[in-house]
Amino acid sequence: MEARLKNRHRAERRFRLFGGLAIFTSLIFLGALFAIIIQTGAGAFKQTRIALDMHLSPADFNAGQAVEGDWLERADYQAMIKRALRQAFPELRSRREKRSLYRMVSSGAAFQLRKKLRGDPGLIGTDFRIWVLASDDADMVFKGAVPRDAPVAHRRLDDRQMSVLEALEDTGRLRSQFNWTFFSAGDSREPELAGIAGAALGSLFSVLVCLALAFPLGVMTAVYLEEFAPKNRWTGFIEVNISNLAAVPSIVFGLLGLAMFLNIFGLPRSAPLVGGMVLALMTLPTIIIASRAAIKSVPPSVREAAFALGASPVQAVFHHILPLAMPGVLTGTIIGTAQALGETAPLLMIGMVAFVVDLPTNILDPATALPVQVFLWADSPERAFQERTAAAILVLLVFTCLMNLTAALLRKKYELKW
Amino acid sequence: MACLIAASTISILTTVGIVLSLIVESFQFFRMVPVSDFLFGLHWSPQTAIRADQVGASGAFGAIPLLAGTLLISAIALSVSGPVGLLAAIYLAEYASPRFRSLVKPMLEILAGIPTVVYGFFAAIVIAPLLRQGGESIGLEVSSESALAAGLVMGAMTIPFVSSLSDDAITAVPDSLREAALGLGSTRSETIVRVILRAALPGIAGGLLLTASRVIGETMIVVMAAGLTANLTINPLEAVTTVTVQIVTLLTGDQEFDSAKTLSAFALGLLLFTVTLTLNVAALKIVKTYREQYQ
Amino acid sequence: MAHAPTLTQVAEIPNSATIGLLGDNPLALLKHPEARTGKPAKMTSRGLSVSYANKPALHDVDLDIPVNRVTALIGPSGCGKTTYIRCLNRMNDIIDTCRVEGSVTHDGEDIYAPDQDVVRLRTRVGMVFQKPNPFPKSIYDNTAYGPRIHGMTGSRDEERALVLDSLRRAGLLDEVRDRLDAPGTSLSGGQQQRLCIARAIAVRPEVILMDEPCSALDPIATARIEELIAALKQDYTIVIVTHSMQQARRLSDKTAFFHLGRLVEQGNTEDVFEAPQDGRTRDYVMGRIG
Repeated sequence: MEARLKNRHRAERRFRLFGGLAIFTSLIFLGALFAIIIQTGAGAFKQTRIALDMHLSPADFNAGQAVEGDWLERADYQAMIKRALRQAFPELRSRREKRSLYRMVSSGAAFQLRKKLRGDPGLIGTDFRIWVLASDDADMVFKGAVPRDAPVAHRRLDDRQMSVLEALEDTGRLRSQFNWTFFSAGDSREPELAGIAGAALGSLFSVLVCLALAFPLGVMTAVYLEEFAPKNRWTGFIEVNISNLAAVPSIVFGLLGLAMFLNIFGLPRSAPLVGGMVLALMTLPTIIIASRAAIKSVPPSVREAAFALGASPVQAVFHHILPLAMPGVLTGTIIGTAQALGETAPLLMIGMVAFVVDLPTNILDPATALPVQVFLWADSPERAFQERTAAAILVLLVFTCLMNLTAALLRKKYELKW
Repeated sequence: MACLIAASTISILTTVGIVLSLIVESFQFFRMVPVSDFLFGLHWSPQTAIRADQVGASGAFGAIPLLAGTLLISAIALSVSGPVGLLAAIYLAEYASPRFRSLVKPMLEILAGIPTVVYGFFAAIVIAPLLRQGGESIGLEVSSESALAAGLVMGAMTIPFVSSLSDDAITAVPDSLREAALGLGSTRSETIVRVILRAALPGIAGGLLLTASRVIGETMIVVMAAGLTANLTINPLEAVTTVTVQIVTLLTGDQEFDSAKTLSAFALGLLLFTVTLTLNVAALKIVKTYREQYQ
Repeated sequence: MAHAPTLTQVAEIPNSATIGLLGDNPLALLKHPEARTGKPAKMTSRGLSVSYANKPALHDVDLDIPVNRVTALIGPSGCGKTTYIRCLNRMNDIIDTCRVEGSVTHDGEDIYAPDQDVVRLRTRVGMVFQKPNPFPKSIYDNTAYGPRIHGMTGSRDEERALVLDSLRRAGLLDEVRDRLDAPGTSLSGGQQQRLCIARAIAVRPEVILMDEPCSALDPIATARIEELIAALKQDYTIVIVTHSMQQARRLSDKTAFFHLGRLVEQGNTEDVFEAPQDGRTRDYVMGRIG
């Protein structure tokens, strides 16, 4: 019996250890997930720029032929950038050498130059310096995301481009600055020009539509079921139905959106309106369940007090009970919205996966959403896109975590009030 | 009042909408492909005809390889989240100090709040290459879209799911049973394994069923980390494809709405909906009767 | 524990010597009248104080539990009697905020000593709770639970014999003989409580603690449990918490009266009920407080 007791205590310690290990493993996974995404994504918030010394003559713009305003639009800025590059590295003569030189700057450099000149046409004819975007390959090497001694196939800069990079660096014509493009631009095929603004706007529109639909519908359903519905088979059926809807795979909601909203109602594909409608249907059960719990937790004395003062049932609910249940309702709504914000699969079904460069301006414009943007970029082979994928994830996580945190605080603040 | 009643029917309409749209489209599909071919066919290759006027070149629509792939990945996921989630719940409910519990529980819940697309990225960018390298170093060939990578990450994602549902079930077991077992000289682990888990079993089983339904319907992780081609295998190191992956591949990009290829996605959706609904109904029923037992 | 007589010590020392042992304080005789119960102490507590989350629940309790006797703990609700009985097998350990000071001995061993094994202690000091709490298992498995975890029986036959014997001792066997596989929860309340007693006996403890074992039962079931307790004291040392003074009087040999977390009076049951020394005890047994 003594030996057995010893074994039993050993088994006890082992069991406890397993429990601790399970928690440890989960936390390690959580930590690794965040660490790797932060590590991968941090670089995307910085962007490399190359200084080009420009000297542009009016002849470059064929100013004599075009009308005012138009000539600035039409000029061949690409050629001007290339010329500036050639002048900076006159030793590179052959076609191949020159072509690899051109690939050091982004194709967006020409747009930058145009923008600068539109702002200040007086620069024409003078010497000025412009910091243009580096190409994504140069960017990755300069930021150290790709080691300089990596094999060429992996580094994607050949030795000639490396020496150009080092020459630029030595003469102080290379610098790293905060990546505003990432927050202000729409999608692009070029990583250095791609941003999340379009996706974020798409997400914003979808979530607003979702909230505008799901919040009133959810609260009204909860009020009806909790306060007015007769306890019969029909309401029982509604209840079972709601709890089952909460567990239907999200992609099925996408199929519903595709078949109903797009094919039968003929709503536009890829529009945040449809995305929001699908998300609203998905969020509805969450809001209903949370709101019912919140309404249920309001003590009956409040209801009785309202009735005693002569309030009608509807007045009692909307003037007295619902305001008291609001923290719980809002908690559920925020959690539901956070889920909707992170949802991807149903949006794929209704076509919010298109390559959209322009920022959406209203809920009918074609758009993507943040998580869909993550999905799209994750598929791109360029390393720079991988970095941006992680950065987009970080932005997405900041929003969902903030929302969940708000919900948690709200719940903590108002819990056990009675 | 009419407003309130109308609002409460929206959820019913949603269900009706789902069922109708799935059934109508599936019905069209089954006019082109026999139901038995779909349910029992061992071959899945939904190519459409190269020319529109071609007849009969619409490929094979046997769903078995997809179901097998889904089951394989789900099994891997559940074999991670089941034990880990349950053990974590046990530790939190029975061993941890209130302070530790209040600190760790929200951290685990963060795992549940992370969008699935993030897990997909993590599986594809981190776990899959890691498994591949690990496999190489011991002479195993691991596909870069292995079922294992997707399954493991899906498992990690559902840990908080299992743990919070099990936690509910465990804390619902009355303390009197705990005291009875301890009073007879059981160690804590004996109390847990022989008495508490036994009593909480229905609740835990219900939770696992809900998790299974969630795992089967999970889309983004498998779309990003699992394969695209149907492969009937039980080897977790190979690439398999799942029902949800096929739905996404069939329906993204350009589509004509009357081809068997597009419509087959709805048949798959109907299959998915039926399976998950069955699991949910069963789970809710188990959990409900269990709750009543201790109230 | 110098001043805590152990089983062997007390057994060997004649009554006069016990008096001498406590002789410094003449009042001690009134507080420790083991001498008159004629039985040595199986368990003792000295200076036992308990608090929950810094709220004191029990203050400085010295009490001896005589072997093979029934000791009743009585007092108004909230007086600390349940807290006290739960100290005797360290069930209070489960409560995180609970702090125990002082000493409790079992056969002269300090049960709160750091090297003391709670699991072993609880196999020697069994417990029956206020509400019947059978496991959600069959009647047979309920009874066999203790023997199984402790590995007390070598073969299935041995185990069966032990289970049947325990059920018989608990007076339940005749009622359940042909449905041992039925769930324990399917029994009536009184039967469930006897099943819990059978479950406790099956571990072959030396002491059985009973925390208001009849409070959830009807009078007929209560009467059966009382008969059972009277029969069990042949083989076991029994401590019973009860709120029923009649029950304490009928059942116990020794009675300890608790009030507001203090042990007010202890002694032979007759003495406590017939000639209480303390005014509070008198008020309580006469029904004026409680």
